[in-house]
Amino acid sequence: MLATLRDLFLYNPEFRIGAILLGLIAGMAALSLASPYAPLDTFVVAPDLPPSFAHPFGTTSRGQDVFWQLTFAIRNTLTFGIVVAVLSRLLSLAIGLLAGYKGGWVDRVLMAINDTFIAIPLFPILVLFYFVLRDAMSWAALAIIMALLGWAYDARLIRALALSLKTREFTYTGVFSGMTTRELLVREHLPYVMPIVFATTMNNMNWSIGLEVTLSVLGFTDINSPTVGGMIYWANQHTALVAGVWWWIAFPVILVVALFIGLFLLAVSMNEHIDPRSRLRRMGAEGGA
Amino acid sequence: MAPLLELEGVSKSFGGLLGRRRVTAVRHVSFTLSEAKPEVFTLLGQSGSGKTTLARMILGLETPTAGSLRLQGQDLAKLRRGAGRRRLLGLVQPIFQNPFEAFNPLRHVDHYLLLTAQRFGGAGAGAGARAATEASLRQVGLSLAEVARRYPHELSGGQLQRLAIARALLAKPKLIVADEPVSMVDASLRMAIVNLFKTLRDEFAISILYITHDLATAYLVSDRISIMRAGEVVESGAARQVLTHPQHAYSRQLKDAVLVPRFTVGHGDGASAKSEQRQ
Amino acid sequence: MSPTVAANGETQRPTTETPREPVLRVDDLRAYYRTRHFGVGREVKAVDGVSFEVRDNEIYGLAGESSSGKSTLLKAVAAAMRPPLQVVGGTARLRFLQAKSLHEASSAELAQLRWRKLSYIMQGSMSALNPVRRVRRSFEDFAARHLRETGAAFEAKVVAHLSQLRLDKSVLDAFPHELSGGMRQRVTIALATICRPDLVIADEPTTALDVVVQKDVLDMIRDLQRQSGSSLLLVTHDLGVHAYLTDRLAIMYGGRLVEEAPTEALFGNPQHPYAKHLIASLPRIGEEAPKAALAGGPPNLAEPPAGCRFHPRCPLAMERCRREAPVMTRVAPNHRVACFAVAGSA
Repeated sequence: MLATLRDLFLYNPEFRIGAILLGLIAGMAALSLASPYAPLDTFVVAPDLPPSFAHPFGTTSRGQDVFWQLTFAIRNTLTFGIVVAVLSRLLSLAIGLLAGYKGGWVDRVLMAINDTFIAIPLFPILVLFYFVLRDAMSWAALAIIMALLGWAYDARLIRALALSLKTREFTYTGVFSGMTTRELLVREHLPYVMPIVFATTMNNMNWSIGLEVTLSVLGFTDINSPTVGGMIYWANQHTALVAGVWWWIAFPVILVVALFIGLFLLAVSMNEHIDPRSRLRRMGAEGGA
Repeated sequence: MAPLLELEGVSKSFGGLLGRRRVTAVRHVSFTLSEAKPEVFTLLGQSGSGKTTLARMILGLETPTAGSLRLQGQDLAKLRRGAGRRRLLGLVQPIFQNPFEAFNPLRHVDHYLLLTAQRFGGAGAGAGARAATEASLRQVGLSLAEVARRYPHELSGGQLQRLAIARALLAKPKLIVADEPVSMVDASLRMAIVNLFKTLRDEFAISILYITHDLATAYLVSDRISIMRAGEVVESGAARQVLTHPQHAYSRQLKDAVLVPRFTVGHGDGASAKSEQRQ
Repeated sequence: MSPTVAANGETQRPTTETPREPVLRVDDLRAYYRTRHFGVGREVKAVDGVSFEVRDNEIYGLAGESSSGKSTLLKAVAAAMRPPLQVVGGTARLRFLQAKSLHEASSAELAQLRWRKLSYIMQGSMSALNPVRRVRRSFEDFAARHLRETGAAFEAKVVAHLSQLRLDKSVLDAFPHELSGGMRQRVTIALATICRPDLVIADEPTTALDVVVQKDVLDMIRDLQRQSGSSLLLVTHDLGVHAYLTDRLAIMYGGRLVEEAPTEALFGNPQHPYAKHLIASLPRIGEEAPKAALAGGPPNLAEPPAGCRFHPRCPLAMERCRREAPVMTRVAPNHRVACFAVAGSA
């Protein structure tokens, strides 16, 4: 596994760039542990200072160091994205594989539920949740809600794959060898499903982070714990751009864009690598006489 | 003793709902296989004859739309669900057409055998299963050393089909349904596999349902044969008899269509093979 | 003129004897798949030194099982090569070709060749015919340009050609999926032969067809060839088809030729151990069961055995076979074998 990652790094330029970007961002998130300032404190430094040696990313109108704020913001945003992605992957895998393999009424019921979730307009619902929950809308609550909303599309993708795998002969061989349904799904079908899961994980992270930033910018989340969106929100509240404090908006934006690009590149390169067809080609199963 | 396999008036149709045309794949097929007297029973037909659909019904992967299908006296449809299912899987085992698809391309081939030995063959986990697997592989001319930790693409079609037979054998079945088992295997490796069917019949008392479109291998290995066309059986009987003296017009057509070389075939010493010209 | 001996050890007929240049001449062709993953190179020697020729007005068969290299050879001869497949040596020359070898020809020259001098019949007939267009359209797309006819004159030619293949002209107005497999294959053959090319390459033309239809289609191919005088390069693993149709036959193993002879001679008197075994494994109705199986499996072309590719499975293998690779040597007029035991070369 590690050897594979090392090879990917050395020979696949997309993976290399993606890994470096993500590495930098993860590094920043880790730096939050070394921050000299507590994340929620305001007016700990002189406000509105442009980037300098002492403050590499400048300071905000609220008297916070942009760089150190960003380390917390990125950490929270990243954690949020990962939590949502993992939870919704588990849901979409379980539902997609089960529906595809079992078929019949199980499939019909699950897909009816699935399609309902696809049809729900996400943004109004999220805003509705905010207005209903108000202060009870913690990050954990938001993560759970988004995980519950984010599995439907990918479950259908996985189901389509499961359907095609069901009719392949090695599935029957497995059945006639005495495998239980669980064993079949996990040991025989999962390797084929993983590339989709991976691609959709990165997409899902981009989606959830994007949505989080949007909601935060509009003030619909708990804007007291710092996130990237939250920083932009506060910057807007203080009309940063108009006031000329461009660094307050620029750096969060640059960082979140870097995060998106990094995730995307990783997804694309790893996906191609994990894809069974390219795996088989590398093993030498294809391309012969 | 109830017959091993009994088909009576079995039919299978698809479609017919929502304005889609109804396709009858199998029409009123009946035959019986005895448990006391194992045999190689061939279903001979071209594509679209319904032979694969029939095979799938016998394996329990489809249900007939009419007629009765019994395994050891019990209705197959009932056996497919619940406790009976395990028994069914142990009794009837498949060999598929495409040896490279019969095993997961991303996994080692030996794990299916070890699992079959444990789940159906009654072997214990670990050493017991390995011993049973080794014994079964020897029967088909392979060894565990040859196939352990190998991926399907590392073996030839012939080896993989023999592996499939070894796996089926580990389940201690009474019936093996082989759907075009050698049509995707190199010609030089085919007879070795088809001859294994005779071994299975004689030494393990397993009946083989051999499904094929190739008259020549059918001739060499079958005891009885049924020729199918468009879902129906047009002629049945002792294999050698039916294939050398076909009665039905379609059977004659099939036999005439077999390519006969314009010259005699030799064996490298200048002399030609003994070819019995029976008409 | 006395016979000359070429570099690969094969004795060649004096040129004054041959009436016309061979349609296709392959000389020591080597075509490998070269891939590179994570800095590790891999070379699959699919075709490793093949020399043969297809003469004027003959049906030449190429037989081989999996890993024989015949599919790759086909791609090279049909000028249908894409990376990672590369020709690394040798030539494949078509009669009247300007370039030295097919794979060096410019795309302009290849476009001139295709369909008029060289055409193909593929295995799955659906791939040749556009599934969303009527058959007529395929004829227009392929043949109109080459026949240089339009309108009624073109249609008349097509209909005449179709009737030769016992196809009714109503076939032109059908979609491919409306025709049976056998009819589709006949349409594909009609398409490939309408311009009367010098060489038609057929890749497993009847493998997907029923036994009854197969015989029909093969008869039709033979009649067509006799009438038109085009040469046919027939590539299939089915020896029965070769025995039925071909004039001369070559057998491939592990990327190389092992034996080549007129079909009757090859079937009547096979010399190479592999050829012998292959021909003996043909089961026939009314005969006794064929002999025992051949041990082992087809060679791995990425790591082929040293010397003769067949030696690990050969009952006649000698020490020399492990070290040197035998070349095709003449053992009788028109009959070549690559084997030290049977035709030990100097």
